[in-house]
Amino acid sequence: MTTAVAAAGVGTAMRAGVEVRLEDLRRSYVGVSALDGLSLTLAPGELVALLGPSGCGKTTALRLVAGLEQADSGRVIVGGEDVTGQPTNKRDVGMVFQAYSLFPHMTAWQNVAFGLQMRKVDARRRRQRAGEMLELVGLSGFADRFAHQLSGGQQQRVALARALAIQPKVLLLDEPLSALDAKVRARLRDEIRRVQLEVGITTLFVTHDQEEALAIADRVGVMQSGRLEQLGPPTTIYSRPATPFVAEFVGLTNRLAGVVRGGDVEVRGTRLPLVQPDVADGPAVALVRPEAVTFADGEDTRPGPLVGTVIAIAFLGATSRVTVDLGDVTILAQLPTSDASAHPAGTRVRLALRPDPVLIARDEAAVGRA
Amino acid sequence: MTRGRRLRLRVFRVIVLVLGGAFFLVPIGAMFEFSTRGNHVGAPRTLDAWTTIVTYPDLLGAIRDSLGLAAITSVAMVVLLLPTMIWVRLRLPRLKRTIEFLCLLPLTIPAIVLVVGLSPVYRWMAINLVDTIFLLSFAYVVLVLPFAYRALDAGLSAIDVKTLSEAARSLGAGWGTVMFRVIAPNMSSALLNACLLSVALVLGEFTFANLLSYLNLQVEIFQLGLANAGTSIAVSVASLMFAFILLVILSFFGRARARVAPERAGLPFPGAAGGGLR
Repeated sequence: MTTAVAAAGVGTAMRAGVEVRLEDLRRSYVGVSALDGLSLTLAPGELVALLGPSGCGKTTALRLVAGLEQADSGRVIVGGEDVTGQPTNKRDVGMVFQAYSLFPHMTAWQNVAFGLQMRKVDARRRRQRAGEMLELVGLSGFADRFAHQLSGGQQQRVALARALAIQPKVLLLDEPLSALDAKVRARLRDEIRRVQLEVGITTLFVTHDQEEALAIADRVGVMQSGRLEQLGPPTTIYSRPATPFVAEFVGLTNRLAGVVRGGDVEVRGTRLPLVQPDVADGPAVALVRPEAVTFADGEDTRPGPLVGTVIAIAFLGATSRVTVDLGDVTILAQLPTSDASAHPAGTRVRLALRPDPVLIARDEAAVGRA
Repeated sequence: MTRGRRLRLRVFRVIVLVLGGAFFLVPIGAMFEFSTRGNHVGAPRTLDAWTTIVTYPDLLGAIRDSLGLAAITSVAMVVLLLPTMIWVRLRLPRLKRTIEFLCLLPLTIPAIVLVVGLSPVYRWMAINLVDTIFLLSFAYVVLVLPFAYRALDAGLSAIDVKTLSEAARSLGAGWGTVMFRVIAPNMSSALLNACLLSVALVLGEFTFANLLSYLNLQVEIFQLGLANAGTSIAVSVASLMFAFILLVILSFFGRARARVAPERAGLPFPGAAGGGLR
């Protein structure tokens, strides 16, 4: 397929990616702030995923870039041009929506050609371009089909082809996979990434699915309450979360009570380094990833702070998630399935904490809960 | 379902169909029978009443005017109501109840009250602008609002207006294109229903025209009935048949539009073939 697409000249026909800058964007609805001074720069050709829970402002940010809503203040700069006041139809953005958005009265081909028609591209060029785009998403055989004759995954691929056909400066993807089932979702996610890399278009991808964001993006921006909590490559977001919110939102996290002392935190008898060592001493809650919890060597299961009973094992394939009751707290450990299956539910085990840098949460309520 | 139950269900359906058909067809048949009677008892059947229709100049004029009024009213209704409803749905959703209330209001006001209210306006228009029967279309647009609103509202509810319009806007379409090339084609059945209701209502309208002293089809039928009962009944049957045929044509037209894919000649790739992600 890649060869065929290259032969069709799609890559060369596309415009090179441009820089997209969001400067101090603010937007509120009836007094409730949806975006609270969001600033973000997307490098040319980069795919940035905005990740966060419902109501964190990620979709609002995307809609402001698209021009579907107007910011209370701040600027949107695309390719060096301030487009803040421009209406959507003048902005040169391609967008794929969460809901199926193909025009039902048009065939796949007509949908893809619609934007070109709006740009008064002549009929011959329109046909050629729409054909190339459908080929790019692997649907050239479905050109004559109407939306209701296509599956959800196919509809979203046609929508992607339609968005790319107009050679937009920026591609906006508003949770395009959330209406699909898990298998189609994973395949289409890879497909979107392939097409984006092939075309080299600057892309803003909005999702609430952390796995999706980490898998597809060059950089992930985790949002909460209208603000960017952390922006960075997926590996950094996962392994070096900047805030407790990021640590807890991205991946599973154990909350274990401990005491900060001299730049480390002591958790159940184990000293763990801190991601941010310059914090004051005192009680805190350490956020420990399940991957950092292992079974200790040896058969010693005498009472201790990390000795408990296995109460559940969730098989995940190569790894399993083991839930261990330590008496005062339940802890999750993600282990190779071979290790986990050697300790069935009811077994007494002694755990160990790998000394990976951890984040701490300082709020009293959290300490109390832990 | 057992065989006996299936049979009973089929018999029930046939009975309902026959009774329903009889309810509509017997009066029309009786009217047709009456319109073909001769002038005295024992006279042979005749189609004189029907042939008179085309030779009766005032009647032909009234038919033409009523058809013109139906067309103008339908177009005016669509042009006024469709963009308003789409705009309210997209940009001013809090006004939806108000618009709905305004559109349904004519249902609650008796025609005679409307006429009394409108007659000074019509008198002024007749004196200062132009005195033509087609002025009635203003009043008729108000009259058809409740029915057209319901039909269009059902059509709009059946599609995701917001997403479709945002998708079209992001592809470079202006508001006019969004309304008439993206939204309207996807509610063609609702538009046809609204137009059909408007046409049916205008063709059957008597009170406004009579009280405002205009001669439309129904007023003409009424006057004709005083002079020639047979022709009056023949015209009534003809107008009923006309509305029925129009309904059939419009519904077939709507279905054909939905079925036929618009032209897409000379594409650089073959038709439906090949696999893909489903």
